[in-house]
Amino acid sequence: MIATTHRNRFSDVEIALRMRGISKQFGPVQALSEVSLTVRRGTIHTLVGENGAGKSTLMKILAGVYQPNSGSIEINGKQQRLSKPGEALAAGISMIYQELDLAEHLTVAENVFLGMELSGRLPFIMDHKKMIAQTTKIAQRFNFKIDPTAVVEELPMGDCQIVEILKALMRNASIIVMDEPTSSLSESEVAMLFELVRALREQGLSIIYISHRLEEIVGLADDVSVLRDGRMVHSGSMAKLDIPKIVHYMVGRELKDFFPTRNVNIGAIRVKVRNLSSGNGVENISFDIRKGEIVGMAGLVGAGRTQVARALFGIDRKTSGAIELDGCRLEISSPTDAIANHIAFLTEDRKRTGLCLELPCSWNITLPNLIAIGMKNIIKPGRENKIVTNIARRISIKWLGPQAPVDSLSGGNQQKILIARWLLAESKFMIFDEPTRGIDVGAKKEVYSLLKELAAEGKAILFISSELPELFGIADRILVMRRGRLVGNVNPQKTTQEEVMHLAAVEALNEKNE
Amino acid sequence: MRKMSKLVRQLLPFGSLILIICTLSALKPDTFLSTGNFLNVLRRSSVNGIIAVGMTAIIISAGIDLSVGSMMALSGMVGAWVMIVIGGTNPQGAALVIGTFVGIVTGLACGFLNGVFVTKLKLPPFVVTLGTMSTFRGISYVMNAGKPYNVPHYKYLNEGVVLGIPISVLIFAVIITLAGLLLRYSRLGRYTYAIGSNREAAFHAGVNVDSYLIRIYALTGLVVGIAAMITTSRAVSAQPTAGVTLELDIIAAVVIGGASLSGGRGTIIGTLIGTLLISFLRNGCTLLDISTNVQLIVIGAIIIVAVAVDQLARSKAAVGQTE
Repeated sequence: MIATTHRNRFSDVEIALRMRGISKQFGPVQALSEVSLTVRRGTIHTLVGENGAGKSTLMKILAGVYQPNSGSIEINGKQQRLSKPGEALAAGISMIYQELDLAEHLTVAENVFLGMELSGRLPFIMDHKKMIAQTTKIAQRFNFKIDPTAVVEELPMGDCQIVEILKALMRNASIIVMDEPTSSLSESEVAMLFELVRALREQGLSIIYISHRLEEIVGLADDVSVLRDGRMVHSGSMAKLDIPKIVHYMVGRELKDFFPTRNVNIGAIRVKVRNLSSGNGVENISFDIRKGEIVGMAGLVGAGRTQVARALFGIDRKTSGAIELDGCRLEISSPTDAIANHIAFLTEDRKRTGLCLELPCSWNITLPNLIAIGMKNIIKPGRENKIVTNIARRISIKWLGPQAPVDSLSGGNQQKILIARWLLAESKFMIFDEPTRGIDVGAKKEVYSLLKELAAEGKAILFISSELPELFGIADRILVMRRGRLVGNVNPQKTTQEEVMHLAAVEALNEKNE
Repeated sequence: MRKMSKLVRQLLPFGSLILIICTLSALKPDTFLSTGNFLNVLRRSSVNGIIAVGMTAIIISAGIDLSVGSMMALSGMVGAWVMIVIGGTNPQGAALVIGTFVGIVTGLACGFLNGVFVTKLKLPPFVVTLGTMSTFRGISYVMNAGKPYNVPHYKYLNEGVVLGIPISVLIFAVIITLAGLLLRYSRLGRYTYAIGSNREAAFHAGVNVDSYLIRIYALTGLVVGIAAMITTSRAVSAQPTAGVTLELDIIAAVVIGGASLSGGRGTIIGTLIGTLLISFLRNGCTLLDISTNVQLIVIGAIIIVAVAVDQLARSKAAVGQTE
């Protein structure tokens, strides 16, 4: 049944985009070989694949950023040569990148019309009224709720996505490419974004949706295409697939043991946090973590999970509370103190607060550890390289060598550089804040195994995540945060994801209504 | 690809330096190609070079110090004033030594002050040092009502020679070697790069950012103090007008040497080459009877070309990467 409608819809009128036999080489590297992609009009087409599978390259070719070595592109039935981004835009292709491309100090309407401002009667003077009116009009057509006069930097992340979509619509896009649009959104914002995307589909637009979060695409996508090592390994209707099958296509093997099993060996209390409050919205948090225990922390974006970590690590000032490690009370007022007391904090925002991108990998790994590895006074580059290479081998970092700058690495490997940093620190209490954000399935699995390994060594681990499946797969216990408070402390074996979600979200809605 | 453009970036200033030296040797073989002239250029470079070493560290940390010229004037004035207070109008011996010491410490204090303002008041370095540039200069003028302090016997730092090499050139060599080693092999150096590359990340990695920034600015003050005493010795007087617009030459030398004003990048070797490049250029222009006004035009053009080539090489490197 589905198959027949599928075939019927494949008449030429119904095809928004047809890429055929696309190949692309970068020097000796074959990034794409003979990739074909067909996107139907008025559908959500999801493109998945591990990092480095060629998704970005394919999309950059579609956006006119790269030129393919061979292959053809047909948009709305017309053969197109996209030799620069402007031509792709004119052909109706709009890209919304993971890191949004907005002028933060301008208003919504100004952003929507950026580069194509409407001028009024006088030259060089913009007609703000008209721009606001048109923005409102187009927003209403799709039922988007947004104030065109709001300044972008004051908008929540979810609304910034709306601005990007409006920008695309104002440029008459017929195909919108969204690269990991949900990676920085909270659950409620994700739900809202899905509504938006569906509204676009209703209006006959095609959406190419790139995501690492397989759970979310199941309910959303009509079609799915899977890239692996620069080849299209599967392309077809979503209805016939489920997550294990998609994962199978992505990695070429079944991931039965996606979450590694282990013999849990939980010891004495290692970390004791009592009545922790900070000026940054954390209120009266108390919990314990035992040796070898992985404690998950769930909550919506803005629930204060990262703020708990920041208070523990001495970034935000505590207004009250005590932290004990192995029975000793710690006085922590800066990250320097925290590190000296064997606490590690893997930040969720590796570009902003994690890495020094243009500096060598080795420098990034040893940055907090110079004293610990005996280089308090004199740095010995030879020994440093050896130490760093060893640890890189342990977690199989792919790099050109320890002296390569971090920004030459892929996202997953950049994350591993940060992980290597904290492995080297040999911390006793490790806080991982969204360690799997924006990295591919294979790398995620490696992170999970590593967490288990570290726990087995007796470390106490606080694992903050927005993805409930991974919390349930990994954590021995889950703390649930809501609006700066701890509202739950549950055993994942005895509860469900729905219940945790309920704890994290439901009350918040009630509070909002008050 | 990346490696090659990196090589181009590093070799370009050096290549330009060689080119300038070769051109001048060809045009003015007798006047340019003499030991006397080379030592003269080195001696002239030493003051700028010593200050540029500090500026390099500051620029790597993503900061800037516009006050170095004024700081130099103030340090010289304080040093000479102390000499006169101790040794009378014609100070000699111990008075000169103590004055030298106090002058250098004045530089250190000025730099420390800049560092404290930058970190504790959380002001941008540009603003802080724009302010202190004016303040330090003002104090230098007020000290002796706009007149210099004359110290006729204070000649050693300028005229002294050890093993045939002027003492100022030796000081320059020592400072540049020490700074090069510090930047490469010390925690201070490593943290300087980290702070400049990503201050937030450095803080999250346990680097006491404020403390290290203060050290960087204070050490720059220290070398400015040393340069101030050499300058004072050269003129056998401390001038309140010393080092006006000096900061521009210094920043130019550092930038030509490949340091990035957005931080995280730069080397002492690069700065040395940048300093020598400007000095030889000025020397050559003088020998070729090109006016100082035209020299300004040439130096301005060189700064823009150097930075443009650097940017070009960097963007090429970026395109060379795949995903």
